Amino acid sequence: MVTAPRVGVVALQGGVREHVELLASLGAFPVPLRRPDELVGPDGLRVDAVVLPGGESSTIDRLLRLFGLGHPLRDAIAAGLPTLGTCAGLIQLASRIEDPAPGQESFGVLDVTVRRNAFGRQVDSAETCLDTAWGPAQVAFIRAPEVVAYGPSVTPLARLHDRLVAVNQGAITGIAFHPELTGETLFHRRLLESIR
Amino acid sequence: MKRGLADMLKGGVIMDVVTAEQARIAEDAGAIAVMALERVPADIRAQGGVARMSDPDLIDEITAAVSIPVMAKARIGHFVEAQVLQELGVDYIDESEVLSPADYVNHIDKHAFTVPFVCGATNLGEALRRITEGAAMIRSKGEAGTGDVSEATRHIRTIKREIAGLAATLASDPAELYVAAKELQAPYALVREVAERGELPVVLFVAGGIATPADAAMMMQLGADGVFVGSGIFKSGDPAKRAAAIVKATALYSDPRVITEASRGLGEAMVGINVADVPAPHRLSERGW
Repeated sequence: MVTAPRVGVVALQGGVREHVELLASLGAFPVPLRRPDELVGPDGLRVDAVVLPGGESSTIDRLLRLFGLGHPLRDAIAAGLPTLGTCAGLIQLASRIEDPAPGQESFGVLDVTVRRNAFGRQVDSAETCLDTAWGPAQVAFIRAPEVVAYGPSVTPLARLHDRLVAVNQGAITGIAFHPELTGETLFHRRLLESIR
Repeated sequence: MKRGLADMLKGGVIMDVVTAEQARIAEDAGAIAVMALERVPADIRAQGGVARMSDPDLIDEITAAVSIPVMAKARIGHFVEAQVLQELGVDYIDESEVLSPADYVNHIDKHAFTVPFVCGATNLGEALRRITEGAAMIRSKGEAGTGDVSEATRHIRTIKREIAGLAATLASDPAELYVAAKELQAPYALVREVAERGELPVVLFVAGGIATPADAAMMMQLGADGVFVGSGIFKSGDPAKRAAAIVKATALYSDPRVITEASRGLGEAMVGINVADVPAPHRLSERGW
């Protein structure tokens, strides 16, 4: 019998539940992550993949450090844990933030430079069908960041209005938008397929 | 689409600020958004008079000072104040009973705007009427500016109980949902949707009287998606420390150990007024319908 893959969803703040529901609908076993011991047990990692949801990136960064989840999570991702970061999650994964909030840090595991709120404020948020290297995707943009520069190991996946909004680097995928709000399964399916 | 926007605020704390400096303290403490105001509710209550939308200069200053979303309040029914706030590019408009109502019959037609709205409610019927008008987010009203959390407790419990009641009605006899819609004074389709989901179709925050980490965690344990803290932070002895502590307690609301640590050494809390001592005509939660 094949057991369902355990997928951690960082659950400190933001749009956690939609990811949990989407993962469950794809046959995975979602695991909300708030504390280090939910990520790493005595026998090593307790999840097969991880999702970093959207929310307020500076708040999530602060809470990750406050609760001691940041370091072990960063190390696990750097060591090859399959990872999907959406919106604030993409910012958290990035090597460089062009315009960080005071004191804001990121994991530095995805070789990109991101710009926060690149598309303007809430009033400019929208739902759209995006052409990606993996196929079409119906997604929502909310105060989305963009990738303004990337290293040689990074593959661009999608652009919106000539701005790079989705990238892949090995086991890590970073997207500036929200597939979970529209029920788009493409990126979560890819994440589950990459677990082996 | 507007309904999904507020999802990104879940599990977070929204703080009232009256200066750019306070806005920076709030952002630094981990607030997910700030509410730009000229006076916090405790001062509006103390000073009396007509309370209106803030000066656009103040809102611009606060917007320039932080990178997190900025909200601002319009008076109930004052659709032109809302037009101004949309023009300023605020991220959310709060159609708020904390300000003096501009229309005692109609609320703002929120579908006419691209900016999302948050509205107050004391019960499920009121919440559903605001959603029908286009609200993207509901906050229970509580009794703002008192530091007394009892009204906030009553409102979130009422809304949760009424939602559970609808779900039970759906399970026992769906035909009774028509009468439920009549009694709630809300459209049947929306009532049915809430009965099926077992929750509102938008996020539900709690506001009004929250002053401590334990207050915030209690609201989360009662089923809130997040909290607004108004006068409770910047009317206290050590705002930066209290703000960070409330953020922590809201994120890990079910862990008594975290809430205990967060509650230590915060200095003086806001003085507060018992809601029972506020004469009925001065109760803000009774504004709106």
